[in-house]
Amino acid sequence: MSSSEIPTRGPARPAPYVVSGVLLAIGIIMPLIVPMYAREDPRLFDIPFFYWYQMLWVFIDALLLWIIYLIIMREDRRRRDAVRPGGADAAAAVRNDGGEAGR
Amino acid sequence: MIATSVVLAAPTKPVDGVALTVVIVIFVLVAALGFLAARWRVKPAERGLKTLDEWGLGGRGFGNWITWFLLGGDLYTAYTFIAVPAAMWGTGAVTGFFAVPYTVVLYPIVFLLMARLWSVSHRHGFVTPADFVGGRYGSKSLSTAIAVTGIVATMPYIALQLVGLKAVLSVLGLGSASNPFMADLPLIIAFVVLAAYTYTAGLRAPASIAIVKDLLIYIAVIVAIVWLPAHFGGWGAIFDSASSKMAATNPVTKNPVGSIIPGATSFNAYWTLALGSAMALFMYPHSITGVLATKSRNTIRRNAVVLPLYSLMLGFLALLGYVAIKAGTVPVGVDGKINPQLIVPQLFLDNFPSWFAGVALAAIAVGALVPAAIMSIAASNLFTRNIYRDLFKPNATPAEEAKVSKVTSLVVKVGALAFVLLMDQSAAINMQLLGGIWILQTFPSIVAGLYTRWFHRTALLIGWAAGIVYGTWAAYNVVNPATHAHFGGSIATIPFTNIPVYIAVTAFVINAIVSVVLTLIFKAVKVKDGVDITTAPDYGADETDPKVADLEKKVSWTDPSTDTPIV
Repeated sequence: MSSSEIPTRGPARPAPYVVSGVLLAIGIIMPLIVPMYAREDPRLFDIPFFYWYQMLWVFIDALLLWIIYLIIMREDRRRRDAVRPGGADAAAAVRNDGGEAGR
Repeated sequence: MIATSVVLAAPTKPVDGVALTVVIVIFVLVAALGFLAARWRVKPAERGLKTLDEWGLGGRGFGNWITWFLLGGDLYTAYTFIAVPAAMWGTGAVTGFFAVPYTVVLYPIVFLLMARLWSVSHRHGFVTPADFVGGRYGSKSLSTAIAVTGIVATMPYIALQLVGLKAVLSVLGLGSASNPFMADLPLIIAFVVLAAYTYTAGLRAPASIAIVKDLLIYIAVIVAIVWLPAHFGGWGAIFDSASSKMAATNPVTKNPVGSIIPGATSFNAYWTLALGSAMALFMYPHSITGVLATKSRNTIRRNAVVLPLYSLMLGFLALLGYVAIKAGTVPVGVDGKINPQLIVPQLFLDNFPSWFAGVALAAIAVGALVPAAIMSIAASNLFTRNIYRDLFKPNATPAEEAKVSKVTSLVVKVGALAFVLLMDQSAAINMQLLGGIWILQTFPSIVAGLYTRWFHRTALLIGWAAGIVYGTWAAYNVVNPATHAHFGGSIATIPFTNIPVYIAVTAFVINAIVSVVLTLIFKAVKVKDGVDITTAPDYGADETDPKVADLEKKVSWTDPSTDTPIV
């Protein structure tokens, strides 16, 4: 085995990725179903539905991505800790040292 | 307060002294910042930025905040700020407002793909998307195709930033001199200064300037969106006047001018424009440059959560196109002709005190400089790594690469400037339209490569060529009904149907089908495939995982017996 084949992460559990995948698909597909929102009413602050609905999806997508981020990061951390020498504590120390500095 | 009214019949526009002064002051401050950036977060040993990692990727160390500003400045360009409201003002929702769903569905795609690209690039020191494709597929022809596509698609994009800059200068009344050289002088000066600080400071220059530009543009848009609608009778009145403008009959096509709510016939055009543009945006080299300049695997993911704030701003900016209809803004250029692209700068100049209009115009002008700098850096990196090094000088040292890239960035900018000065403005717009179609044809190679090595390198190359040929042909056949010119738009019917969609998406589907079918055939007849230098763990590596080059060194120190070439 060459050194670059040393695993960087342990095996994945499917559930977090399936949930994230579904949420991502919602975030991509929903803003693209034009017949759903190509209408004038109901208006919001006198702005036709077509316009405020699409701008509303800016917030919904941001929220979806935040949830996905939390799910993925949890699983990602678990997978990394599974392969780092010294187990979870050493890996956390490395993370705090390298990854978090100067954010 | 100096009067800001425009004399319509006059061949030349009055110069607004206060607004112009504000623009010049901000421009000078930004230029100073650009030069100072050469020492921003640079370790003493790295002074002079003598590697591509330092010059072309800002030291690969940008955190969440800088990345947010950098990508915000990179993706939401001055031309967007000019062209989207212009489209709304001209023909309504279909050609303009799709920018909102486009920049919304963009972020799930970015979230999904870009962390993997970051990881593999971190492990192997890839600087460009073509570096990755070359490493993944072991094919110089494929990586060259990706590099050339990137460069060719980026050049007109840089030229369009100049078009945006020109719009601001034109509204300010500059460029009306009878001598064409004098007319273009402000534009040339702006670009020469830009070229100089990009040469000196590399990606750090646009990164630092982007912070100023983004803050200015947020201030301008928030003030405009809070104050203007109330001033012009509220959103109801604004949409009513936009609606009646769009319902009028276009004398040339005998159809309505446009619509504020798309009709059923344009649904497919609308969503394919949004999806195709979203898929294409992060295939552009300047977007990938922004991603690879981040310091950790998840910086881009955190940014995907907060970058949509810019999309909200873009949505409001688009609506300013309708506000301008209600306000009766007349976008007249220095030549006395109507130019829709001047609509937003003119709206600000007509309705705000000169100093504030100056701030808004400066925000747009600086907004042209940031992406122009990043794009020229990205194009230069592609040239250096994937043409100069891969094809001519395989042993080029990092210092040589940086040198070549710096010089190329100057050439790229001169090229874009010549494009805008010597050719008709519509040439830049047509080329940009084609660029969007072309760049999407690199999607199968880059994105499929992030997940699987199933595709055959030659199949991807032929698929790419098929997509490019179809896309170019289809775009050529779109004829503008008013001027009868080719490349009249980016919508065409799917072959053998009458469903109008974005050409890039059709070309992409053709590309993908060709790539799949040919891969099956090549695998069946066992055509030789290239060597993949990446491994599965590379795609999950984070910033704490060592680079492959470092791993190799370590192995040969500790255990000479494993000193075999690592593939």
